[in-house]
Amino acid sequence: MKKRSKVVSYNKWGYIFLIPFVVVYLVFQMIPLVTTVYNSFFENYRSGLKQIGPTFIGVQNYITIISNGDLPTYFKNTMIMWIMGFIPQIVLSLLLGAWFTDPSLRLKCQGFFKTVIYMPNLIMASAFSMLFFTLFADGGPINSMLLNMGLIAEPYKFMSHIWSVRSLVAFMNCVMWFGNTTILLMAGMMGIDPSLFEAAQVDGATATQIFYKITLPLLRPILIFVMITSLIGGLQMFDVPQILTNGSGDPMRSSMTLIMYLNKHLFSKNYGLAGALSVFMFIITGILSLIVFKFTAQKETK
Amino acid sequence: MADNVSKMAGQDENRASVHARRLIAYIVLVLVSFLCLFWFYVLFINASRSNSELTRGFTAIPSTHLLENWINLKNGTLPIFSGIINSLFVALASAVLSTYFSTMTAYAIHAYDFKLKKFMFTFILAVMMIPTQVTALGFLQLIDKMKLDDSFVPLIVPAVAAPAVFFYMKQYMDATLPLSLVEAARIDGSGEFRTFNQIVVPLMKPAIAVQAIFCFVTSWNNYFTPALVLHTDTKKTLPILIAQLRSADWLKFDMGQVYVMIAFSIFPVIVVYLLLSRYIVGGVTLGGVKG
Repeated sequence: MKKRSKVVSYNKWGYIFLIPFVVVYLVFQMIPLVTTVYNSFFENYRSGLKQIGPTFIGVQNYITIISNGDLPTYFKNTMIMWIMGFIPQIVLSLLLGAWFTDPSLRLKCQGFFKTVIYMPNLIMASAFSMLFFTLFADGGPINSMLLNMGLIAEPYKFMSHIWSVRSLVAFMNCVMWFGNTTILLMAGMMGIDPSLFEAAQVDGATATQIFYKITLPLLRPILIFVMITSLIGGLQMFDVPQILTNGSGDPMRSSMTLIMYLNKHLFSKNYGLAGALSVFMFIITGILSLIVFKFTAQKETK
Repeated sequence: MADNVSKMAGQDENRASVHARRLIAYIVLVLVSFLCLFWFYVLFINASRSNSELTRGFTAIPSTHLLENWINLKNGTLPIFSGIINSLFVALASAVLSTYFSTMTAYAIHAYDFKLKKFMFTFILAVMMIPTQVTALGFLQLIDKMKLDDSFVPLIVPAVAAPAVFFYMKQYMDATLPLSLVEAARIDGSGEFRTFNQIVVPLMKPAIAVQAIFCFVTSWNNYFTPALVLHTDTKKTLPILIAQLRSADWLKFDMGQVYVMIAFSIFPVIVVYLLLSRYIVGGVTLGGVKG
């Protein structure tokens, strides 16, 4: 009897050790989430010096951001820049991952290359973006190099063309994330049973065949995981385009992302529209997270 | 015999193709590494050149004005020095809080059996991917009500609840922390809290180190939340100052100073990374996917 009460008294420590997490999570995540949703149903902004609201207006905020074209446009911008960065990123990562894990290639200096390609991931995105802004400025070093090489006759205005700005953003995202993706995919590739490769080699399969017929199909779960986590990250795209375009999303708001738009409303204290936008983001990322969660939970039970 | 010859030829062909593929792999790797390093090389060169040198176009060799640029920047209008101190303080504090309390949370789930255990574990995994941006609005209103606006507290304390760090710690514990050790400590009369601090935390050191680096870097680089929370100039962190630099009339600015400022935000992380890269690159996979 005494022993049993002792077991119980140990297990109460489980709750005690959970207190810090639960308290902080409730206060700084749960309460804000609830008030964010609550705010999305109110008209609440400043017009000049006058404070409008808060007045309950139902789903009017949601209708506003969809019908005035803001949400669709910025969602489209975000997705375009994400896809432009993600496609080269995943192709490069698959290629590098396959090479790094191919035992017949025996690449030297692997440690060096892995260190180099992962490095941009840790760089301050805002500083990296500022660096690109100065490098690609009209009178910046890139233009001066291109002029010196005789590739162009006059400085190319990178910041005033829709597709050059979008490409720069996509390129920065790609450079910052492909190392991370490569390492994740490599872990997946190394988890594939080596006897499968050996059997294929004995049967006379070429490296390309092995890649398409064995590596890719077996890698599918991890590829999906990488894609969805990257999509969640892509929806949060903020630092790079914000600094590159000074928050304007120029030219003609073609590089304005959803979070930049949210940030704008938070600064101008338009809490109604900001709330509606947040709820929209929450629902999308929530659905995507559920898919990721299924992957992680599956692995836990395995 | 004929069979044998064709087999030999096949092997030769195979070897040639391996050589060719290896060559292609090296070429691509060198190109990719160049793409990664080139920008930092240009940054380093330009940070060492004076404004007048910079306007004359790009050269491949560094100049001698690095120190001069730094002194100009330090004496300029941007509170760069306090920016570095603030960034360091916030990043260090969140790294310590985040790793310590995430280890504690993971230990609660790992070592004890209680009714809500499974629920809590599932819950934490489920909320792992939800970004902080979507709750930023409520978060700002909350800290306004708590009179914590323009202070470091809202940037540091939320780090206590870090689901991703928790998940990493939990996986590390599953792999390395036998419960028999905890039992042994109990038999020796150690209290639960003391067991955690003096036995579990030291054993978790490798995992804590890796996650501390990641937390530090994440916080050091964070721009979204600090920009919304901090308003006083002397409280601002480096990313906010970079943004300010961007919105200033930068054409009139001494470009040498701009480059030095960017360099100061980037190079500390690079140095730490190069020193510890082996552990960091290894740590990436453990947190994400494994198995």
